[in-house]
Amino acid sequence: MSILINKTTPMIVQGITGRIGQFHTREMIEYGTNVVGGVVPGRGGETAMGKPVFNTVKEAVAATGATASLVVVPPPFAADSIMEAADAGIDMCVSITDGIPAQDMMRVKRFMRRYREGKRMRLLGPNCAGIITPGEALAGIMPGHIYLPGSIGVVGRSGTLGYEAAAQMKELGIGVSTSVGIGGDPINGSSFRDILELFERDDDTSAVVLIGEIGGPQEAEAAEFIRDHMTKPVIAYVAGLTAPKGKRMGHAGAIISAFGESAPEKVELLREVGVAIVPNPSEIGATVHSVQGKAA
Amino acid sequence: MDIHEYQAKDLLRDFGVKVPSGGLAYSPEQATYRAHEIGGDKWVVKAQVHTGGRGKAGGVKVCSNEHEVFDAADEMFGSKLVTHQSGPAGKIVYRVYIESGVEIDRELYLGFVLDRSSERIMVVASSSGGMEIEEIARDQPDTIIRSVVDPAVGLTEFQAREIVFRLGLDASHVQGAVTTIRGCYRAFRDLDATMVEINPLVVTSDNSVMALDAKMEFDDNALFRRQQIMELRDKSQEDLRETKAADQGLSYVGLDGNIGCIVNGAGLAMATMDMIKLAGGEPANFLDIGGGASPERVAKAFNLVRSDDKVSAILVNIFAGINRCDWVAEGVVQAIQSTSLDLPVIVRLAGTNVEKGMQILENSGLPIATAATLAEAAEKSVQICKAGHVPSKLAAAS
Repeated sequence: MSILINKTTPMIVQGITGRIGQFHTREMIEYGTNVVGGVVPGRGGETAMGKPVFNTVKEAVAATGATASLVVVPPPFAADSIMEAADAGIDMCVSITDGIPAQDMMRVKRFMRRYREGKRMRLLGPNCAGIITPGEALAGIMPGHIYLPGSIGVVGRSGTLGYEAAAQMKELGIGVSTSVGIGGDPINGSSFRDILELFERDDDTSAVVLIGEIGGPQEAEAAEFIRDHMTKPVIAYVAGLTAPKGKRMGHAGAIISAFGESAPEKVELLREVGVAIVPNPSEIGATVHSVQGKAA
Repeated sequence: MDIHEYQAKDLLRDFGVKVPSGGLAYSPEQATYRAHEIGGDKWVVKAQVHTGGRGKAGGVKVCSNEHEVFDAADEMFGSKLVTHQSGPAGKIVYRVYIESGVEIDRELYLGFVLDRSSERIMVVASSSGGMEIEEIARDQPDTIIRSVVDPAVGLTEFQAREIVFRLGLDASHVQGAVTTIRGCYRAFRDLDATMVEINPLVVTSDNSVMALDAKMEFDDNALFRRQQIMELRDKSQEDLRETKAADQGLSYVGLDGNIGCIVNGAGLAMATMDMIKLAGGEPANFLDIGGGASPERVAKAFNLVRSDDKVSAILVNIFAGINRCDWVAEGVVQAIQSTSLDLPVIVRLAGTNVEKGMQILENSGLPIATAATLAEAAEKSVQICKAGHVPSKLAAAS
C-alpha cells in the first residue's frame, strides 16, 4: 500500500508544543496519523493535543514505541534534534525546517553513519513538505485532501510543485501510493535514488513520478539507478529551465554551479535511460495518464 | 553571502595563511598613502568587487611608482567593472586594495567546496594556477587533485601533505603549503563558508607560500551564528531588488523578461517561469513568497515586482494547500487596490476553496484575468504582453 509510513506507524513530533508544531500535529491527527506523543526538552509530563510530552526522544520511544518522528524545530537546533532521533532508534525522521546550516547537515549525515545499515535512521528533508500515504497517514505539512489513494509513487524536492502534481493527478482520477518530499537543501537525508529504490520494491506502487530541479548530482544518480535497477515506469519533470547559472532559486540547493546541474542536462540524462519526460509543468497528470495507458 | 578579497585575506591570515601586505583605500589619495605605508617598489592595485575575472576586465593593475598607483586607483573608483562573471550590469568599484607586489616562481590553484556528492568539504587543487578552475577542468583535467575531508576528524596533516606532494612542490615548501591548506580548511569549517578559493596560491622567489588572491562565500543559513561575517556584508555589491526582497523575507531573482511572477514555493516558482518560456514569453523574475502566501506578503510581492520597469504584466500563481484560495484572493485584491497597480494581472489559484477564490477575484471589479491551469495562465500572460494591450476593464477604469 505504501512506503515508509501507514496508518499504524507510531509517530512522535519533536517540537510539538510550538505554534507550528501544534498546528501540523492537529492536521496530522485529523488525517488519521497515529501520533503517540511529542518531545520538548523541559516540558516532559505535560500533554499536547491529548498526547504525552517527553523531555527526550529516548524516553518517548521507551514509553510509546514510536518508530517515526517529525522534527518541527527552529534552524539553530534542528540538526541536534535529528541526531537525537537517530540515537534514540527512530526508524524514519522527517525534517521540515528551512534554513539549517549546510555544515550542520554535513555533521548529521556523518553522525548517522555510526549506526549500522538496518539500524540506521532514514531521514527525509530538511526543508521538505514531508511524506504522505493518502488515506492513511501524514508526517509533514502537505494538505491531505489533494491526494487520492492509488498506485503512483511521487518523489520531489519542492512542496507546492508536489501539490501541483498531486492535484493534476487527482483531476484525472489518478491516485498516489506515497508522496515523499526530499527537500530543497544541498545536503539532505534521502536522495531521489534512495526513494526510487523503495518504490521499486513496493508491490503497491506501479509507477513513479520524480520531480527534480536544478542543482546537485541527485537526478544524475537517479538516472543511473533507473537504468540499472528500475523495472517500473518513471515519469519526470525537472524545474528550472529558465534559471540562470550561479543564481540561487529559492531553495538553498537550487543553484547551477557545475556541469550537469542545469535542467536541460538533467532532462537529457533521464530521457536517455527511458524516463517519460513531462513536456511542461501543466502536463504532469496527463503524462502519468498516458504512461499508465501504455502499461495497461 | 560574498565578501571582498581584502576581507577574505584578513580572515585567512588569522588562520595562519600567508598573504602579501596590503591596505584598503576609498580614494586615490588614500591609495598612494597605502602604497607609501607598505613600501617597496612594486604594488598591485586591485578593485574590490564581488565578482571574478577582474584581471581581464582592468580591475587589477601592477604599478611601479606612487603616481601610477594614484592613476590606477583614480581610474577604478566609481567605474563599472564588467567581467565575464559579473553579468552585463557589472559591479561598481567603491573600494580598492593596494598590495605589495611579489616575485612569483610558481602559481597553483587551491579551492575548498561543499561537495554535494560526498556531502563533505572537498579540497580541489591543481598545479595550473592563475587559470579559472573551469578552464583547468576543461584543458588540463589530469592536473586536478581532489580530496574529501571527514568532518569527524578534520583535514589531517598527512592528507594535506599528500596534496602538496602531488602538486609537485619542493620539500622546502611543504610545511608552508600544509599550513596554508589546513588554515583554509579551518576557516571554512569555523566560519561556515561554502567556498574558499585561493587562485593563485603562489611560491615566491624568496621561497614563501602565499595566497595572492582569495575568495570566500558563506552559508546564508549560518549567518545567525556568524556575526563577524555578517558585519562584512557590502550591500553596494548586491542587486538592489534582491537585497530589498531578502530583507522582507522574500526570495527574489531578477531576470531579463517582461512577465513578472509571484508564486508560493521555490519549485512551483521555477515551474511557472518554465511554463512562461514554453508558452513563448520571458519571465522577469523568480519570486517565492513562501508557502503561506499571506495578504501582507502578496502586497509586498506586488510592490517588488512592479519596481522592475521591464515588467508589462504580472502572473500570480498560488497553490493554497494549508491556507485557502479565498484568503489568497482577498490578499491579491487588497494588494492591487492598495498599490493602485496599472499593469495587467493574471491570477491562477489552485487548492483549497478555489471556486470561492475565483469568485472573489471576479466580483472585485478589478481588471484581473483568471486562469484554471498553469498553462492557461502562462498563455494568457504571453498573449497580453505580445498584444501590448491593456485589459478592457482597466482601460475603462483609467
